[in-house]
Amino acid sequence: MLTVATGNKAVAAAVKAVRPDVIAAYPITPQTEIVEQIAEYVTAGEMDSRYIPVESEHSAMAACVGASITGARTFTATSSHGLAYMHEMVNWAAGARLPIVMANVNRAMGPGWNVWAEHTDAFQERDTGWLQVYVSTVQEAYDTTLMAFRIAEHQDVILPVMVNLDGFLLSHSMQSLETVTLGDFVPPFHLPHAIDIANPAGYGTLTGPDQHFKFRWEIEQSMRKSVAVIRETEQDFAGRFGRNYGVAEEYRYEDADVVVIAMGTLGKEAEVAVDILRDEGVRAGSLRVRWFRPFPDLDLSGRELVVIDRDYSFGFGGVLAHSLVAKSRVEPYSVIAGLGGQEVTYDDIAGFVRDRKPGQESWFGVNGNV
Amino acid sequence: MYEIRIHSRGGQGGVTAARLLAIAAFRDGKHATACPFYGAERRGAPVVSYVRIDDRPIRVYSQIRNPDLVVVLDPSVMEVVDVLHGLKPGGQVLINGSDAEKIQGYPAHAIDLTGIALRENLVVAGSPILNTPVLGALAKMGIISVDSARTAIREMFADERNVKAAEAAYTELVI
Repeated sequence: MLTVATGNKAVAAAVKAVRPDVIAAYPITPQTEIVEQIAEYVTAGEMDSRYIPVESEHSAMAACVGASITGARTFTATSSHGLAYMHEMVNWAAGARLPIVMANVNRAMGPGWNVWAEHTDAFQERDTGWLQVYVSTVQEAYDTTLMAFRIAEHQDVILPVMVNLDGFLLSHSMQSLETVTLGDFVPPFHLPHAIDIANPAGYGTLTGPDQHFKFRWEIEQSMRKSVAVIRETEQDFAGRFGRNYGVAEEYRYEDADVVVIAMGTLGKEAEVAVDILRDEGVRAGSLRVRWFRPFPDLDLSGRELVVIDRDYSFGFGGVLAHSLVAKSRVEPYSVIAGLGGQEVTYDDIAGFVRDRKPGQESWFGVNGNV
Repeated sequence: MYEIRIHSRGGQGGVTAARLLAIAAFRDGKHATACPFYGAERRGAPVVSYVRIDDRPIRVYSQIRNPDLVVVLDPSVMEVVDVLHGLKPGGQVLINGSDAEKIQGYPAHAIDLTGIALRENLVVAGSPILNTPVLGALAKMGIISVDSARTAIREMFADERNVKAAEAAYTELVI
């Protein structure tokens, strides 16, 4: 069905379609609309999920962990400080191999207090063992949330997935949305190590020095296998519903000499900058990184790169730029832009390309390069 | 791409007006986005909302710098905000009230949306509802079709007084 929705409502609609057994939720700006909408679905009888309103994000993830270990499909949503507050349980979800799906509406960390878009909140969770994907349109938020459940619950993966969307820019923007009839796209959930609530038992979770690394290695093996599962899921999605995604979205990339690389809404806005630059005779293209964990293998050889980070790792640099440096051995022009919702237009992005200085870092809006 | 900037005050429904307009444009078969700018909002503070309408998918998320149309739901914001800022040459203005002559240099249409809302008894928490009548005025200006204006309003609100208010604005706006 064709309709119009905000990014938040699109996520809620996808969650409704997948019918989780348990939703645990605590509100936080700019995510609140997701869990409010799901609460309305449950109240109206359109979803028969158990909805657990909790007193904090730590408890939201703890409730998801408790439900998931019984084999229940679970979902929650958060942002920024909410994500930080549940950090301990975010680790728990991955370590206990629980394929929980969570929407994170990207928002800057404070102080100074700020409710606008930034990716640093999710990047602070990047080493927890969660898969992370970043979307750029209302449709993509919906489609990716659907796929997230199938990928998370795949027997080769059994790891949680975080679907990230830019606060306000996407969470509160209204665009067209085509909802789908899901059919058997997301198969029933089977957790191989589910506990049997009919036969209560005590479980020890202590793993000694002779065991712990084996569990870590298993997470990494599943993370590596998830690459194929993501590809297969996205291909099946395209076959059924006609929309084709990938680990990264290319735009006028094939013959591009200089490529803008970004994530989320900036990656989409970059396409407009590419059109402007092409009209000026610059062979520009763009690449919007969707999957951040597992981090994609991208063939970037022979291109000049302008990487935009809506994040920063203090004392180090832009997280995306340096991830690309490490994985693809490139020397990009690293632009730090859009922190805390800083306005970045397609004209600004075109300017980054025109003024590029390979190997250097530049903070947009701050005098001088570093 | 046709770009619209809506000026209002927090609580007056400017964000909802943008969303209704995007739905109506979508029902006309166009691509549309409503991107409200969320500042540190509080009731009464000047706010802006953005709507883009195009025949092709819209890839822009940044704020509108050079709108084709400026809609002023609350003329009192003009005392603190330059509502004409960046308005394209040849752009136009729709203003709530009767003071079209306050707009210099651009064609301006004025319509008493507040009066229409009060007449239809569309008042919530003491504030007249402007976001549904304004859709009728925008339909009269040819931004959206009047049928899609009705459809959009009915998708969001069950109360038919909203549709009546939009129809009244459509009839009363003189182009």
